[in-house]
Amino acid sequence: MRGESVFPQLEQLLPLVSKPIQYVGGELGAVVKPWESATVRWVLSYPDAYEVGLPNQGVQILYEVLNEREDVLAERTYAVWPDLEKLMRERDVPQFTVDSHRAVGDFDLFGLSFSTELGYTNMLTELSLAKIPLLAADRDESHPIVVAGGHAAFNPEPIADFVDAAVLGDGEEAVLEITDIVAAWKREGSPGGRDEILLRLAKTESVYVPRFYDVDYLPDGRIQRVVPNRPGVPFRVHKRTTMDLDAWPYPKKPLVPLAETVHERFAVEIFRGCTRGCRFCQAGMITRPVRERSITTVAQMVHDGLEFSGFTEVGLLSLSSADHSEIGDICSGLADQYEGTNVSLSLPSTRVDAFNIDLAQELARNGRRTGLTFAPEGGSERIRKVINKMVTEEDLIRTVTTAYSNGWRQVKLYFMCGLPTETDEDVLQIARLAHNVIKSGRQATGSKDIRCTVSIGGFVPKPHTPFQWAPMERPEVIDARLKALKNEINSDRSLGRAIGFRYHDGEPSLIEGLLARGDRRVGAVIRKVWENGQRFDGWSEHFSYRRWVDACAEVLPGLGVDLEWFTTREREQSEVLPWDHLDSGLDKDWLWQDWQDALTEYEQDDCRWTPCFDCGVCPSMDTSIQIGPTGHKLLPITPVNTGLRVPAGA
Amino acid sequence: MGRTKNQPTGGQAPVVQRIRLRYTKRGPLRFTSHRDFARAVERAIHRAGIPIAFSQGFTPHPKISFASAAPTGVASEAEYLEIGLRERVDPADLCKALDAALSPGLDVIEAVEAVAPGSLADRITASLWRIELPGVSDEQLAAAVAAFVAQSEVLVERLTKQGRRTFDTRDAVVSIGAVSSQTSPPGVVVTAPCAILDLVVRQVTPSVRPDDVLSGLRVVADLEPSAPHSLKSARATRLAQGTLTPQGEIVDPLDADREPVAIGER
Ligand code: B12
Ligand code: SF4
Repeated sequence: MRGESVFPQLEQLLPLVSKPIQYVGGELGAVVKPWESATVRWVLSYPDAYEVGLPNQGVQILYEVLNEREDVLAERTYAVWPDLEKLMRERDVPQFTVDSHRAVGDFDLFGLSFSTELGYTNMLTELSLAKIPLLAADRDESHPIVVAGGHAAFNPEPIADFVDAAVLGDGEEAVLEITDIVAAWKREGSPGGRDEILLRLAKTESVYVPRFYDVDYLPDGRIQRVVPNRPGVPFRVHKRTTMDLDAWPYPKKPLVPLAETVHERFAVEIFRGCTRGCRFCQAGMITRPVRERSITTVAQMVHDGLEFSGFTEVGLLSLSSADHSEIGDICSGLADQYEGTNVSLSLPSTRVDAFNIDLAQELARNGRRTGLTFAPEGGSERIRKVINKMVTEEDLIRTVTTAYSNGWRQVKLYFMCGLPTETDEDVLQIARLAHNVIKSGRQATGSKDIRCTVSIGGFVPKPHTPFQWAPMERPEVIDARLKALKNEINSDRSLGRAIGFRYHDGEPSLIEGLLARGDRRVGAVIRKVWENGQRFDGWSEHFSYRRWVDACAEVLPGLGVDLEWFTTREREQSEVLPWDHLDSGLDKDWLWQDWQDALTEYEQDDCRWTPCFDCGVCPSMDTSIQIGPTGHKLLPITPVNTGLRVPAGA
Repeated sequence: MGRTKNQPTGGQAPVVQRIRLRYTKRGPLRFTSHRDFARAVERAIHRAGIPIAFSQGFTPHPKISFASAAPTGVASEAEYLEIGLRERVDPADLCKALDAALSPGLDVIEAVEAVAPGSLADRITASLWRIELPGVSDEQLAAAVAAFVAQSEVLVERLTKQGRRTFDTRDAVVSIGAVSSQTSPPGVVVTAPCAILDLVVRQVTPSVRPDDVLSGLRVVADLEPSAPHSLKSARATRLAQGTLTPQGEIVDPLDADREPVAIGER
C-alpha cells in the first residue's frame, strides 16, 4: 500500500548502524499527516548526511510552506551513510522519509535541494534506494517527478538525464505553483501521463524540463545550440524571485533535531541577494536584487523562532549581513531585548571594516563573543581588483587592529587560491598581509598573545558569474602555491607562530569545477563514478579524486572531450555555454563586460548606493531593490521564557 | 527594570526547589543517545519556560542531573532526572509543560518535588527489563534461560570506553524468565513472532546491560535467532528501575518523595 510506514523493517537495521537517531525523525517542528489527507505529496531532500542536511534553510522553508497547505503533505529524506545503505540493499528496505518513514517512491514529487554540486552522487544513491529509475527517460506514471532546486540548479545540465525538472531561484512560490498544476492534473485523472504533466510545467516558463530540449554539438566538442523539441516549450526558462520577504517570514517553526547537527541555532535571513559584485560569487550574482526583511519582521521572527524552538543561539544571516540598511538598530535593539538572558546573537559578517566590529561588540553585550572573520579573498591589491573585492591593505590592517584593541585575541582571514590571472606572487602576498596583521596587532595591544588564522579555499568558476569563461588553475599549481605560501608564512618564526594556516588541496575543486560548468555529457561521468562506489563528495574522507579522474577517462574521450576541456580551458565570448538557455536575469553582455573589466582590474560599485549599473536582473525579472531604512526602532519586550508554558486543555 | 530573566548574569539565583521527573523513551525515539537527550531536555526546558537554576562559574550550566540512563537503542518506561529551580512551580504544571515541549516518545509522565533525603541515584539499585527476541522460539529461550541460571558465572566481552572488557553477567541477574507474549504491557507492540524475556538486573560496575545478558545466553546455550534476525536487533525496554527489596521487587524511586515524610521516620 502506498504511504505505508517501512519503519518495522528499518527498525531491525538501526541497532546495526552508527548514529541511528539520524534516521528516526521526531524533530520538533516535524509534521506528520495522514497519507489520504493530501492531494499532492512532496518528499524533499538535502542530499547529504542528516547532520548537514537538516539545518539547511531552503529545505526547512519549503517544508513549512508546503505543509501549511491543508491538501499538501511534505516529508523529508536525507542521504544514508554507506553502512545503512548496504543493509537496506540486503534487506530490501527502500529510501524512506524521516517524518513518517514512508517510501520515497510513493510520493508525487521528489524535490532535491542542491546548494552544491557535490550532492549529485548522493542523489543517485537516493534514487536507486527509492527504486526510481536513475534515468528520467525510464520513469513512468508510478514514479515521483524528480525536481532539482537550489543554487546548483542554475546549471542542471550535468544532472539533466536524472532529473525530470529543475527550478531556478527562490522556491517559496514556485513549489506552490507546481503543487497547483500537479493537483489540477491529478483531479482531471492524470491525462496524458508523465509527458503531459511535464509539458504543463514546462509551459510556465519557470520550470526547466531537460527532456524537452535538444543539445547539438560542434565537431570540436563545443555546444552548437540548445533548442526546444516541442511546441509550446519556451526557448529560455526564467529564475524565480520571491519579493517582499516580510510576507514570507519562514522558517516560523524551525526544525529542532534530537541528533547533533552542524548548526545548532535558529537562523533568520535578514535579506536576500547581494550587489557588492564580487566576481567569483555565484550566490551574489544569481540572487539579485537585494531584498531586505524589515527590522520589525526580523525581531518578530527571532522572538517567535526562539520561543518555538528553545534554541539559545540566533544567527542573523545573509550574504553580507552588515550591509542591511538598519543593521545597527537591529543589533542594538536585539541586544537590548535579550540582554541578561541566555540568548546569544551572532552576525556571520565577513565585511572588512570597523563597523563590523562595532556590531560584533554590540551583540557581545551578552557576555559571549563570537569569532570575527574577515574575507579579503585575495592577497594582493591587484588580485582584489580582479575579483572586485574593494578592500585595501590599509583597511584590513586598520580593521583587524581595531578588533585586537577591542579585546579579540583571534581573527580569521579568508582567501582564495586559483583566481583568474593569479600569479605565485599574488598568493605569497597573503603571507605578507598576515605578517603585517600580527605586527600591527602586537603594536596596538602591546601583547604577544594575539593570533590570526588564514583560511584558503580553492576558487571554482561558476555559471552566471563574470568568471564563467575563466580557465581553472591545475591542482599541481594550486598545491605548489599553497606550499610556497606556507613556507613564506613560517619564514619569520616569531610571526609565523601566531598564524594558523588552513587550506584545501586543489583536486576536489577541480571536480567541483567539472560539475559546476559541465554539460549533459558529464552525466555519464557522474553515473560511472557513482557505480564505482563514489558517495558523499563533500566529505574529504569519502571523496576520491582518483575515482573521478578514472571515470572521466573512461567516459569523456568517447564524447570528444575530457576533464581539462571542462575545467582548465578558457571559453570565448561566442561560445554557447551549457546554461545559456537558463535565465538568471543577468545580461550575458554585461557579464562579459564585467569579465573584461576584471582582466583590466577595473572595479564596479554596488547598485544599492550608486546608480544601477545595468546588470539586467531588475528589468528582465520585473523586480527591484527592496531596502530600508524603515525608521522603525525595536521596543523593549518581555524576553522569551517568562512563566511556565502549560499547554491549554492539558 | 524588574524583568524576569532566564539566566541572571553575575551571581546565579539559588536553587529554591528541586523536582524529580520520570520520563520515557518510546518507539523510534529509543534510538536517542543520552547526549542527544540531554541536549533536547535543555532546549525543552527553555521552551517550556521553566525557571531553571544555573551553576556558578564562568560558563554556568543548567542544574539538571540524570539517573542511570538506558543505553542508546533501548526503550524505557522509567528514566529519571532531577532539576533545580530558581523559582517555585507546581510540579504537575511543570510536568505538563515539559512534556509538551519534548518530542512525542520522550514523554514526561510524572514530576514530584524532592522532599525526602537521599539522592535519586541512591535509590536506584536495580532495573526490570523486558526483551523481545524476534526469531527466537519460546522453547529455545526457556532452554537458554535454564542453562544460564545453572551457572554461577557467565563471562562476556564488550567494547567499553575503556577498551575491551570481560566481566560476569550472572551475578547481577536477580531474576530471569521467559514470559508469554499475551502479558506484554500496553505500548509494547509485538511485530514478529518472538519470545519475550523479563530480567531484573542489579546496578553494578561495570554495568550489566540487557545486551550483555543476551551475550551471556549465547555463551551458555548458543542462543541465536533465525535469519534474518540477530540478537543485535532484539528490542529491550526498561519497565522499571528503583530500589530492590529483599523480595526482589523494585520500588519506584519517587515513592519516597510522593508522601510527605514524617519527621524521625527515616
Ligand atoms: C549564505 C551562505 C553563508 C553565509 C550564512 C551562513 C549560513 N549557514 O547560512 C555565511 C557567509 C556566513 C556562510 C558561511 C559558511 N558557509 Co556558507 N553558504 C551560504 C549560501 C550562499 C546560502 C545558504 C542559505 O542559507 N541560503 C538561504 C536559503 C533560504 O536559500 P536556499 O537554500 O538556496 O533555498 C532557496 C532556493 O534555492 C530554493 N530551493 C532550494 N532547494 C530547492 C528545492 C526545490 C525542489 C525547489 C523547487 C526550490 C529549492 O528555495 C529556497 C527558498 O527560496 C550557501 C550556498 C548555496 N548555494 O546555497 C553556502 C554554503 C551553505 N556554505 C558553505 C560553507 C562550506 C560555509 C562555511 C563552512 C565556509 C567556511 N569555510 O567557513 C561557513 C560556515 C559558517 C557557519 N557556521 O554557518 C557550503 C556548504 C557545503 C556543504 N553543504 O557541504 C555552501 C553550500 C557553499 C558551497 N558550495 O561551498 N555561508
Ligand atoms: S538591474 Fe541594476 S539595480 Fe537591479 S540588481 Fe542589477 S545593477 Fe542592481
